[in-house]
Amino acid sequence: MEKINIIIDNKPLQVEKGQTVLKAAHAHGIEIPTLCYYELDGVKLENRPGGCRICVVEIEGRKNLAPACATEVAEGMVIHTCSLRVVNARRTVLELILSDHPADCLICPKNGKCELQSLAQRLGVREIPYQGEQSTYRKDLSPAIIRDVDKCVMCRRCETVCNIWQTVGALSAVNRGFQAVVAPAFEQDLVKSPCTYCGQCIMACPVGALSEVDQTRQVITAISDPKKTVVVQTAPAVRVALGEEFGMEPGNIVTGQMAAALRRIGFDYVFDTDFAADLTIMEEGTELLTRISKFTQGDKNVKLPILTSCCPGWVNFFETNYSDMLDVPSTAKSPQQMFGAVAKNYLTTKLGIKREDMVVVSIMPCVAKKFESQRDEFKENGNPDVDYSLTTRELAELIRQFNIDFKTLPSEDFDNPLGESTGAGVIFGATGGVIEAATRTAYELFTGKKLEKVDFTELRGLEGVREATVDFNGTPIKIGIAHGLSNARQLLDQVRKGNSGFHAIEVMACPGGCIGGAGQPFHHGNFDIIRKRQEAIYREDAGKPIRKSHENPYIQALYKEWLGEPCGEISHHLLHTHYFDKSKHIEIEG
Amino acid sequence: MHLLVCGGTGCNASRSQEIAANLKSSLKDNGLENEVQVILTGCFGFCEKGPIVKIMPDNTFYTEVKPEDATEIIMEHVVKGRKVTRLLYTDPENKQHVADSKHMGFYKKQMRIALRNCGYIDPQNIEEYIGADGYAALAKCLGEMTPEQVINEIKLSGLRGRGGGGFPTGLKWEIASKNHADQKYVVCNADEGDPGAFMDRSILEGDPHSVLEAMTINGYAIGATIGVIYIRAEYPLAINRLLVAIDQAHEYGLLGKDILGSGFNFDIELRYGAGAFVCGEETALIHSMEGLRGEPTFKPPFPAQSGYNKKPTNVNNVETYANIPIIITKGADWFNKIGTEKSKGTKVFALAGQINNVGLIEVPMGITLREVVYEIGGGIKGGKEFKAVQTGGPSGGCLTTKHLDTPIDYDNLLASGSMMGSGGMVVMDETSCMVAIAKFYLEFTVEESCGKCSPCRIGNKRLHEILEKITKGNGTMEDLDNLRNLGRVIKDASLCGLGQTSPNPVLSTIENFYDEYVEHIKDKKCRAGVCKSLMQYVIDQEQCVGCTACARNCPVNAISGEKKMPHFINTELCIKCGACIEKCKFNAISIC
Amino acid sequence: MAKVKLAESKINKIKEICTSFGNKPGEAINVLHKVQGEFGYLPAEVQEVIAQELNVSVAQIYGIVTFYSFFTMTPKGEFPISVCMGTACYVRGAEKVLDEFKRELKIGVGETTPDGKFSLNCLRCVGACGLAPVVLIGEKVYGRLTPDGVKDILNEYRS
Repeated sequence: MEKINIIIDNKPLQVEKGQTVLKAAHAHGIEIPTLCYYELDGVKLENRPGGCRICVVEIEGRKNLAPACATEVAEGMVIHTCSLRVVNARRTVLELILSDHPADCLICPKNGKCELQSLAQRLGVREIPYQGEQSTYRKDLSPAIIRDVDKCVMCRRCETVCNIWQTVGALSAVNRGFQAVVAPAFEQDLVKSPCTYCGQCIMACPVGALSEVDQTRQVITAISDPKKTVVVQTAPAVRVALGEEFGMEPGNIVTGQMAAALRRIGFDYVFDTDFAADLTIMEEGTELLTRISKFTQGDKNVKLPILTSCCPGWVNFFETNYSDMLDVPSTAKSPQQMFGAVAKNYLTTKLGIKREDMVVVSIMPCVAKKFESQRDEFKENGNPDVDYSLTTRELAELIRQFNIDFKTLPSEDFDNPLGESTGAGVIFGATGGVIEAATRTAYELFTGKKLEKVDFTELRGLEGVREATVDFNGTPIKIGIAHGLSNARQLLDQVRKGNSGFHAIEVMACPGGCIGGAGQPFHHGNFDIIRKRQEAIYREDAGKPIRKSHENPYIQALYKEWLGEPCGEISHHLLHTHYFDKSKHIEIEG
Repeated sequence: MHLLVCGGTGCNASRSQEIAANLKSSLKDNGLENEVQVILTGCFGFCEKGPIVKIMPDNTFYTEVKPEDATEIIMEHVVKGRKVTRLLYTDPENKQHVADSKHMGFYKKQMRIALRNCGYIDPQNIEEYIGADGYAALAKCLGEMTPEQVINEIKLSGLRGRGGGGFPTGLKWEIASKNHADQKYVVCNADEGDPGAFMDRSILEGDPHSVLEAMTINGYAIGATIGVIYIRAEYPLAINRLLVAIDQAHEYGLLGKDILGSGFNFDIELRYGAGAFVCGEETALIHSMEGLRGEPTFKPPFPAQSGYNKKPTNVNNVETYANIPIIITKGADWFNKIGTEKSKGTKVFALAGQINNVGLIEVPMGITLREVVYEIGGGIKGGKEFKAVQTGGPSGGCLTTKHLDTPIDYDNLLASGSMMGSGGMVVMDETSCMVAIAKFYLEFTVEESCGKCSPCRIGNKRLHEILEKITKGNGTMEDLDNLRNLGRVIKDASLCGLGQTSPNPVLSTIENFYDEYVEHIKDKKCRAGVCKSLMQYVIDQEQCVGCTACARNCPVNAISGEKKMPHFINTELCIKCGACIEKCKFNAISIC
Repeated sequence: MAKVKLAESKINKIKEICTSFGNKPGEAINVLHKVQGEFGYLPAEVQEVIAQELNVSVAQIYGIVTFYSFFTMTPKGEFPISVCMGTACYVRGAEKVLDEFKRELKIGVGETTPDGKFSLNCLRCVGACGLAPVVLIGEKVYGRLTPDGVKDILNEYRS
């Protein structure tokens, strides 16, 4: 890398050519405050409209202040990041932004995690000299995401994420000037937009303009009701991120403390979604093998590739954008919903309680799971299989509310029978994990041979689109993996055109998979956190005594006792679903 | 003999098409239709006295012509050779009729380079343009000059961008020429958005070929084969004339493939603006051309590096282009002798406001404001006192009596806290309140801010609110400090040219009319009588004869009183519309 | 399945316009100009069809429509009145003329009279500054207007 010489704050520095002033300064320990700038380097996502003007610096020889995030360094450049002129401008700009921002920090969902709040603290703003009209909008309450646009600072991060990384196109900057804001078409509610509820906009939002629907209150009410048996399940990615909420290093695995905390909060049974992940592999893996064998036998009614269907954001995406291909994805429900179905049908019988008396709560790294749990097809007489879906962050709130000292908690086990899982269930939390887990099982079922090497490292990684061919004892199985819906779109367009050579494709909507889900602790654009969560996932897998779903003794027992066989009669009713056309249709009037 | 009828938007609105038609039919009645030609030209500039009919070759200049006057002009002037005195321009000084336009104060000090053909040729006839040396520059470039020589000539001429920034045009071309790419673009910025400026429109209406020729030269110089004119959709006449001109140029082999047998290909298409002032900023303009929201992006990269469709793009405005062909034909040496040291050539200004001769003028750089206002502009309307000139539109500032003798060029205007801008020049007299004027401009910027960057989006809104507060009589002296600090930060920290200049009207009025601000704040007085909240209407009990005219015309029934007895105004009800003052024949009502 | 309903003739017209611009997203503004020229305004359903034809999100189309003041989502009156509020007109009393229109028509800026006859808007400089203050009704230009003249002009259109 070519180096050039610049001077920042009177310090002569050697920096990489082509870098921005912001990065060059950062590399030398000079932190220039930012607001609209947002980067997820691991997935090459960048938002730098240069709009907030918080990161402005003085560059000698230039008439105006320049945004550090969008200005490239040049040989001999002399930069001042904290001259009086810069400090005054930066502070005035912040005061302006605050003058058009509600001051209800105390009850804001981002309180304590708000980038604007910390900026105000850092720049020592104690009053706002420029009072005036504030923008006011209607609050938009969807089943998963709340838009409180009064708080929007026009950083455009959500717009970039929604359009570039996800190609969902639910949001756009609309209007101009003081009225400019990011909104769905016609400033309608999200429910009328193509929003997938992936929630990456929430992760990106520096303030409380976008947040998840909070259901902690309902959960506490359920727990306090003595008539209710409250069952909780925790998704794989939660255990590698929850610790961050309590000041632990990213990548800490807190499975045991999490189970202990849930028990102390008062859940009657603490189970594991990983168990349901193993169940998903049994169903989806079997479906995959059936499809492959029918396809190779020339059955024209069978479509390949098969697409995974665990990710609710992804399901929403293809129902809206690929409604012509609804028979392509696997019909297997997601682990959350499989768990709900098992709990409300099998477990209720086992415990001898009525369906209405059981409340199923899930702890998810995800916001779209809230939407998924409320889908009509996952309800029986209006009673949902999963009653409440909380995010990792909401769980952390509960733990704090119950005054639990998380760090000193002893490690405890999950309850049985829905608490035991294999390493295959764990890796569902990272991109490529579902397909790796499926491969471990499908290989053995397909070849009848024992799989010696369970680690399919070729399926792991963070590239947006990955391809690999796995040798099933002479039969090459082509696998595609995408995380991020823009990447999924690439693969799906190939499928639509009929030139996709894949047998199976795994799609996760969020960067890195569920570990980067929108329900996880905020990473504020620090992708290293996601990397560390990913490493933790594979560490947890490697440490598991059983690493193939079909070897899970409780899964085997469940089939023996209740389900019969994968993709059998009961599975068909309870563990599989179907999809709906949610695309927009232009119809002739009259 | 030629009869030139102004066909610009202003005269057009005053039925100049009808005048031309009547002239033609009258000629026909006299069997002269083959001897005398009636030509609908571009703008003469003297819009104040439109519609204009000029008779060549004797330069007779008829003003405020009505369609009914056509027969008289033909019968008297054309047939009998006698001038129609009543239609001649009257010198406001000596009340004498001026027959020859060369002797009119309005034209005497002007020097027409960019407007050289406006008002002389039929813009819809390419042969007239060719007859006026048109396309000679293109032929010279393609036939005798290398692209480097063309760029060099422009550099030597010292021409600077006429759109506002004043960036050296030759340098801009050079940068674009040095960035290599499979495709480059030439863009003409015709999104004239300054309220009160209409020079670009007049050039496009009056001399469209000069722009087409210049763009083609520009394409040749930088290696671009596609030109795009980004024009306001609100300019239907200009669009129409451009479309006609483009067709004609194609027909004559001056656009399209292998132009003049040189092997050089160039084509021009139109893109329409849709009402966004910020699109005058080149990066915003490019986004708009790409079918996006016209939001600016940070420079660098400059359009010359990565512009339209991410390719090297050169953007110049209409007036800049109109200068190009004549620089090529007459040479850089001719051009750079005109003007001041750092501002060469002429500048077109749209003279408007409280001035006698509203219109479009072209003057050499370095002319003083005094010459413009008093000689060309004919002084202030109604003999009132000159107060200020706002130059540069919403991004400019105010010049006052102390600047009357400053030579006008890019650098002097900047030094005076204003700017050249695109050339709007609005003259104000004592009836203009400078606080209200600053507020008026801010209202414009607030409406036109794209909303992308926070200083412009929120800062201008706050500036406007503070000004509103002051004009309502609720201002404090602290507000003045806030205006100043905020204004400076908005200029310093905004993303694009719009925000970087939008506080100019506020800052320059505070600088030049500080007392007026203080009066509004401390004395709750608006000396111009513009700020309604600070005014009260009062009936002088001595003067009022009780005619009831005011009471009858008051829209809110705020005036009461017996017939033939002095009346009273209920100030609680009064909306200060001024209807009573207009109706009072006894000067009994006053504002205090 | 979300439905957007529109008359067949309109759908076909929009498709025809989009096709004439090669269905390219970069032509969005040209398409919107043409379609508005055709229908007078750009209601939501029309934007939905355009978005689908150009293969961009309808949010993006709406973002463009709301950015440019030339585009409108409300139908204009039979006789659209535009008062020039350019500087030249402003200093020559355009505001008073505007106030008079508001009073006469009993509507605000951006509104249409209940009978659909007149709509009132402001615009920035039509370039006829010599005639300031200027008002456009439809394509027709009225210059050197005073508040007193407003009623007479409206009467031309009222009968």
